Amino acid sequence: MDWQLVADSFWPLLRGGLTGTIPLALVSFAIGLVLALVVALLRLASNPVVSWVGRAYVSIIRGTPLLVQLFVIFYGLPTIGVVVDPWPSAIIAFSLNVGGYAAEVIRAAILSVPRGQWEAGYVVGMSHARTLRRIILPQAARVSVPPLSNTFISLVKDTSLASLILVTDMFRKAQEIASFTSEFMVLYLEAAALYWIFCTVLSFGQDRLERKLEQYV
Amino acid sequence: MSEQPLLRARGIRKSFGDHEVLRGVDLEVRRGEVVALIGPSGSGKTTMLRSLNGLEMPDAGTLEVTGGPSIDFSRPVPNAQRFALRDRSAMVFQHHNLFPHMTVIQNVMEGPVQVRRVPRAAAEGRAMELLGRVGLAEKRDAYPRELSGGQQQRVGIVRALALSPALLLFDEPTSALDPELVGEVLTVMKELAEEGWTMVVVTHELQFARAVADEVLFLDGGVVAERGAPAQLFTNPREQRTRQFLHRILHPLD
Ligand SMILES: Nc1ncnc2c1ncn2[C@@H]1O[C@H](COP(=O)(O)OP(=O)(O)OP(=O)(O)O)[C@@H](O)[C@H]1O
Ligand SMILES: [Mg+2]
Repeated sequence: MDWQLVADSFWPLLRGGLTGTIPLALVSFAIGLVLALVVALLRLASNPVVSWVGRAYVSIIRGTPLLVQLFVIFYGLPTIGVVVDPWPSAIIAFSLNVGGYAAEVIRAAILSVPRGQWEAGYVVGMSHARTLRRIILPQAARVSVPPLSNTFISLVKDTSLASLILVTDMFRKAQEIASFTSEFMVLYLEAAALYWIFCTVLSFGQDRLERKLEQYV
Repeated sequence: MSEQPLLRARGIRKSFGDHEVLRGVDLEVRRGEVVALIGPSGSGKTTMLRSLNGLEMPDAGTLEVTGGPSIDFSRPVPNAQRFALRDRSAMVFQHHNLFPHMTVIQNVMEGPVQVRRVPRAAAEGRAMELLGRVGLAEKRDAYPRELSGGQQQRVGIVRALALSPALLLFDEPTSALDPELVGEVLTVMKELAEEGWTMVVVTHELQFARAVADEVLFLDGGVVAERGAPAQLFTNPREQRTRQFLHRILHPLD
């Protein structure tokens, strides 16, 4: 093992993680969650057409590879005249992807709130929308935290795919240094170690968050 | 009592699939009156009660509420009428249905503050006054799961009272409680009746119905099999079905 190379490449890789991987994951997750809530509500709508739109979306996102989705946006769209830069492409693709997976989590969480909670909301005079916002979603949010944390941790790892559409994330940095030095094993193991550290820290945070929420409800 | 009733339901019908649960039920409630609904399991008591505040939408029948809407259920009911109907009453549920993510005081203030737009301070003052009356003032910042079943149900009652409804609806508020906790809830309900609240109560507590109700309706198979003053209905029922039902409840081992 070339420890000098590990030491020299550590900061470039970490910087790639902190300026590429993490922001990409955070921004995509935030946008994806909003999208997921909308899709979940579409799926729960009583209007069959509306609910079908939500179901079709989830089906397409979950039924196609994330890498293919990325390539469609970055390499496919320009052929019909829509050129999107690497970063926006990545954010769009990851947000759409989170939107599909998290929608199912949020939908299940909303359904897990007992019917009586809706009725209690109605009885104190609330509309459907207000009951959803004040009564149902706060309870659903608590149920969603563990599975959504998993979604986020998966997303952090999946962002490495963005290196294939030229986003300078942690893995792209590793690729650059590896091809320059031909030390593929060292660089890719180092990148793997850094991803592992990120995910371990996140799992730790997830545990603490869950324990905190358990006290709550 | 020639005064117009607070609530008048006529010919209420409701089916779930091809199961006809209510087959033409009439119900009148005058201001300040307590009406008890009794009857065997599955006879439609809950469904009838929920029809009175629009949680259940009957298939047919009419409902007139003084100061509220007149609804003909055989026609589509506009949302405005549903809301107007809900606004006239408040319901206490069998399983309290308190909001688990809110403290006691937040539960009680939610309706007044969020829906009725009562200023926070005023709503809080009223909530504390009501909590004090049921002996739960010191539980204001507790979460529902930290309370006993009886305390939860009393908070449920206070949450309903805080809406200042014209009509209080109770669906077996004590049947999910441990026996030793039943009394504290019934005591509160009895006090409310004495204060003049108008109440419709579904209950299996015959002693309570007898002591508190002005009128008792015995529901069986989706129809009112017998109605009358409690003294008459409990001691001298006219109908064979009523007699059998009372016997089963009072002498379950026979
Ligand atoms: N949402 C529903 N969907 C289908 N069937 C229902 C529904 N609600 C009630 N029922 C049925 O209607 C019948 C009457 O129910 P209801 O709850 O009104 O009876 P009840 O008199 O309150 O009985 P209990 O004393 O057991 O509470 C029952 O057979 C019940 O299974
Ligand atoms: Mg019932």
